[in-house]
Amino acid sequence: MSIYIGSDTKVVVQGIGSQGTFHAKRNLDYGTQIVAGTHPKKGGTTWEELGKPVYATVQEAVEAEDANTSMVMVPAPFTKDAVLEAHEAGIDTIVVITEGVPVHDMTEVYDVVVRRGGRRLIGPNCPGLISPGKSNVGIIPADITMPGKVGLVSRSGTLTYQIMHELAQAGIGISTCVGIGGDPVIGTQFIEVIEAFAEDPETEAIAFVGEIGGSEEQRAGEWIAANIPDTPVVGYIAGYEAPPGKQMGHAGAIVKEGGPGGESAAEKKQILESLGIAVAMNPSEAASLMIQRLG
Amino acid sequence: MDLVEYQGKQLFRRNGVPVPAEGRVCRTIDEVETAARELGGTVVVKAQVKTGGRGKAGGVKLANDADEARSVSEDILGLDIKGHTVNVVYVEPASDIAEEYYLSVMHDRVNKGYLVICSAKGGVDIEEVNRTDPDAVVKVSLTPNDTTDGLQRDRALDILTQAAIPEDGREAAADLLVTLFDAFRAEDATLCEVNPLIKTPDGRVIALDAKVSLDNNAAFRHGDYDEWKVAGLEADDPLEAEAKEKDIQYVKLDGQVGVLGNGAGLVMATLDVVAQHGGQAANFLDVGGGASADAMAASLGLVLKDPSVKSVFVNIFGGITRGEEVANGIVEATRRLGDFPQKLVIRLDGTNAEQGRRILEEADLPNVISAPTMDEAAELAVALAKEAS
Repeated sequence: MSIYIGSDTKVVVQGIGSQGTFHAKRNLDYGTQIVAGTHPKKGGTTWEELGKPVYATVQEAVEAEDANTSMVMVPAPFTKDAVLEAHEAGIDTIVVITEGVPVHDMTEVYDVVVRRGGRRLIGPNCPGLISPGKSNVGIIPADITMPGKVGLVSRSGTLTYQIMHELAQAGIGISTCVGIGGDPVIGTQFIEVIEAFAEDPETEAIAFVGEIGGSEEQRAGEWIAANIPDTPVVGYIAGYEAPPGKQMGHAGAIVKEGGPGGESAAEKKQILESLGIAVAMNPSEAASLMIQRLG
Repeated sequence: MDLVEYQGKQLFRRNGVPVPAEGRVCRTIDEVETAARELGGTVVVKAQVKTGGRGKAGGVKLANDADEARSVSEDILGLDIKGHTVNVVYVEPASDIAEEYYLSVMHDRVNKGYLVICSAKGGVDIEEVNRTDPDAVVKVSLTPNDTTDGLQRDRALDILTQAAIPEDGREAAADLLVTLFDAFRAEDATLCEVNPLIKTPDGRVIALDAKVSLDNNAAFRHGDYDEWKVAGLEADDPLEAEAKEKDIQYVKLDGQVGVLGNGAGLVMATLDVVAQHGGQAANFLDVGGGASADAMAASLGLVLKDPSVKSVFVNIFGGITRGEEVANGIVEATRRLGDFPQKLVIRLDGTNAEQGRRILEEADLPNVISAPTMDEAAELAVALAKEAS
């Protein structure tokens, strides 16, 4: 098994420009069931690079191809409408790769699509998710990992690749890897992914990669300590060297000056360790801690 | 993007949030004197920096006349407040204050909605109040569904009542909160904070201060975002200023190893690994997703401009970014930059990494060394920086 996506996942791609096409093609070659693309002006044509149909709307892709998952790669100004369209078409899982989506847009989208609509929304500004050997929805390079029993969840794209790569070098594979994105308002949070991993019989251990800013990691840690104390869990919090008050790239990655406690990497590490979770100082240590934990 | 106070008040004013009578933005002592004379009466001279605690640091002072305004501005202009140099002050007619409260609206990342925070104990360090007397700070979480047509006035009144804002100011404060919430949404703000919110002896409620942050990602629908970026407000680090102009995610740090990578998380991790190998990063630079050869060249040029950089660690894990683009960018950058003394340690993995490594190998650049892993690259970059210092 895997979480959120699997062999039966049928993906429609919203945003079939050069990036969308490049990654959709790569996902298709990996074995992902990419069933269609959408473009408001190209309905009825063929997506040549993939040999798949293009529909004008997501609704048509759902009706004709049974699409149940959407990969959103449209530019940021159009992302809100794209996600709402996928939701209205009945798509179960909407994965938003686009970066630079206004936080007010995401707040509204979350309300409609997740809180009231009950859909699974992942991202924005995320690398997507992969269940090695089954499906890859997003931009994660699949060739750096392999099927296995570690569930990986991360706020950062490339850092996720780094950890997967380090684990793979040690012979450890992945059940599902979910990049949830580093923005202040995201569709799916750590704790939800970790809960899903806890229920997944094929996931035996969990690695989570956090960063400075916010309190998600602490809340995830509390949930882990209370619910799955015997599951091997390893964390890494990026940004030990990040100075307070400076935004480090990600919109959410800032240690607030005089803000609520626990936003720095060192503070998060301390809180998680007090909850019995092993926390690494860097990616390679995360991999070696995982190896130790798996025995 | 954080606005300074006078900009925040400008934004409040155009959205109908009551603020004091308009003042003057001044950059010199002479300008302050003239402003105070023209405004007449008692004025307040306020440092325009993007940080809190100005009052405590001596950045806000009252002056009874133009001479006094001149003398207090001598103390304020040039003052360093938590690393922010005061280059600009705002001279504003002083307001009569009967009571001071706290009010803010921001995004609530935990509940994916909006958070309204209000306290009858304003005008002081609200974080301190939050610690010592948490009940005095009321936090109300709202969803877009609660606020489809804006914040309802009854709801606003209810929040102020919970926060124990005295009854005689509550109606006016409710009106202000409703307009503040509208401004927060209309302007794509991520924070609208008023501390203090004051009640005057004649019962008016006014935003005496304005701390506003705007969402850069929403710039596409606000034609005026660029106008908020006033040059010289604060003495930016010159390299940070240049990075801003070029839209490069760059933060100046204190070390010797220049760091350049793709993805905020990976770059933060790179700073960590450099430190753990006994070095210190000179900067944070995220070239972003899908970095083109041009972006790579511009970024590398910026990092190398910093005289404290003794070596550079380029850490790329390709996802949306492709290895050959990165490699071409490095080749292009070194060609454009000509001779530079620093060695570049390149670590390249992920999408099309092999192609990228081949391009670098064939280019045979004298300053460029490839390293197989992030750890080894960090170790090497730190060693090279030490050697060069």
